[in-house]
Amino acid sequence: MTWETFSALALAVLGGAIRVGTPFLFVSLGECLTEKSGRINLGLEGVLVLSAMTAFGASYWSGSAWLGVIAGSGSGALLALLHGLTCSMRRVNDIAMGIAVMLLGIGLAFYLGKSLIQPQAPIISSIPLGTWSDSPQVRAALNLNALFPIGVVLAISMDWALAKTRWGLILRMVGDSADAARTLGTSIERVRTIATTAGGAIAGLGGASLSLYYPGSWNEGLSSGQGLIAVALVIFARWKPTACLWAALLFGGAGALGPALQSVGITGYYYLFNTVPYVLTLIILVMTCSPQRLIRGSPSELGMPK
Amino acid sequence: MRSTDSGGGAASGEAVLLPVLSLAGAVLIFGVFVAIGGRDPLEAWRLLLVGAFGDAFSIQNSLQRAAPLMLTALCVALPARAGLTIIGGEGALVVGALACAGLPYVVTLPANWFGSALLLAAASLAGGLWVALAGALREFRGVNETISSLLLAYVATNGFKHLVEGPLRDPGSLNKPSTFPLDPGLQIGAIGSLDVHWGLFWGCLACLIAGLWLALTTHGFATRIVGGNRRAAGLVGLPISQLVVTACGLGGACAGLAGGLEIAAVHTAANASVIAGLGYTGILVSFVARHEPLAIIPVAILMGGFGAAGSLLQRRLGLPDASVQVLLGFAFVLILGMESVRGRLRWNASQPAGLRGAS
Repeated sequence: MTWETFSALALAVLGGAIRVGTPFLFVSLGECLTEKSGRINLGLEGVLVLSAMTAFGASYWSGSAWLGVIAGSGSGALLALLHGLTCSMRRVNDIAMGIAVMLLGIGLAFYLGKSLIQPQAPIISSIPLGTWSDSPQVRAALNLNALFPIGVVLAISMDWALAKTRWGLILRMVGDSADAARTLGTSIERVRTIATTAGGAIAGLGGASLSLYYPGSWNEGLSSGQGLIAVALVIFARWKPTACLWAALLFGGAGALGPALQSVGITGYYYLFNTVPYVLTLIILVMTCSPQRLIRGSPSELGMPK
Repeated sequence: MRSTDSGGGAASGEAVLLPVLSLAGAVLIFGVFVAIGGRDPLEAWRLLLVGAFGDAFSIQNSLQRAAPLMLTALCVALPARAGLTIIGGEGALVVGALACAGLPYVVTLPANWFGSALLLAAASLAGGLWVALAGALREFRGVNETISSLLLAYVATNGFKHLVEGPLRDPGSLNKPSTFPLDPGLQIGAIGSLDVHWGLFWGCLACLIAGLWLALTTHGFATRIVGGNRRAAGLVGLPISQLVVTACGLGGACAGLAGGLEIAAVHTAANASVIAGLGYTGILVSFVARHEPLAIIPVAILMGGFGAAGSLLQRRLGLPDASVQVLLGFAFVLILGMESVRGRLRWNASQPAGLRGAS
């Protein structure tokens, strides 16, 4: 492989890391918020798909991509609210309910989105960072999704808010020790439901970036387990929002490896490259989890991973 | 906070009433949904019923669809009774289908029932190993089995597509990449003169055996103890990890068998039609049946009925085929939400409050 091909490949992977990593980033930030409060929301896969469809539909009918983004975020919040409310009832298993919400979200998205598969909708603008280069590949790789900087700012501010603000403290307390929260009179279920809903709103932004930027259309194969990978991502990032950012870029790069190799002419093995993010997630989970004790940094009320 | 309910048949009427209520509620919500979409809900309900059990054709269609659902539901139910939430049945099905379609490439099989049996055995083995892997990851590395089994399912699906479109591809299959079709002697036919293949028999048999295993054998009992109270099982000295991984393996074998049957009885070759979400519907079947193998049989038939009705809804009312998915999704959310109602229905009020069980 020549130096040129290698550098083109590296650039494609880098650009792809940001492009493919943006939905990972938002979903993992949303899940991080939810898990910090002591609840796990596996339904974010459904949120991702549903908000992608809603964002696309809103953008198509209103003509404004940013309205689509807001709609996507809103629908994500609604679905996550369903999860939050139902999990607040006693004896409802978080994990099972998450699966149910995931299937419901995907079903709703496919059902309502049938009419949206063909048309084109206005998409989010990109921030061209590659204008200094002559090569079209470099330019294409460095076209930045406008939502990505928002995600970065969100990650940093979430880190700060969790550590330094009163709301962050209440959230962490509910996630680490329900008893302490009860002693102070905080309503645990209310905090968790709010956290779940907010997490869904953030994850909805990820869905919007899927359908309104890359790939920029709505179809039924849009997400395949990205929401779930993001849940595993949060464990990998030890529940720290800025670490979620780096993890999202890593997984985005892994997911972009296939298309990147195709762009430099190495075709074939398309599906095998598709498995790279999942295998990577599995390997990381195997390395970071331990059967004996909770992972350092996990909110104690989460109860997992054990 | 999680609460794990490993199911088990409570002999009270509640055990039947709650799932029935949630299914009825889901059908109701579905009607409202359809009405909002501008179509007649009463017609939708009627078509649901007719499409599922209206005539001999639809009944057979429902039974045909129920057969793999029984097996994929077992893939969720058996590990659930051991305390694990495995949702990667789709992956086990796909791996089983691959094994079934791929075995003739490696070994020449006699074109009779023995060859078919070998195919199905290979499919079960493959599926069993796949889910046992998820169980082992949980037992020995503490990896959450829900996430790992789903990731394995995605890996399996992509691996399947790669092999079917690449090394195992039949050059004669042009538009739709597929493996070489099975020798007709190896295929599995219909039961008598019905339009239903023998998979239904295997599905019912598997559920029966599983139910008897759980209820009557020592091994099944030990598995239930592990699922019900892991610490107590450890205190009594049960080999927890072995039991859990075995339960996962058995569940995966059922889903793998479903995949093998899909190839041998339905599609006769491995291609993308095999990946039809049967594993995911099986999750719902198992939860509605509260992970009780004997209850899985009627619930699977009902869900098969919904699936059969879905195509009727599509043709007559113009509803997208995802409408059944929406119905099942609502059913799933409701059935789980109903758990919180369990034990609080008014007709239980005759029991003194202290005896009404832990809340």
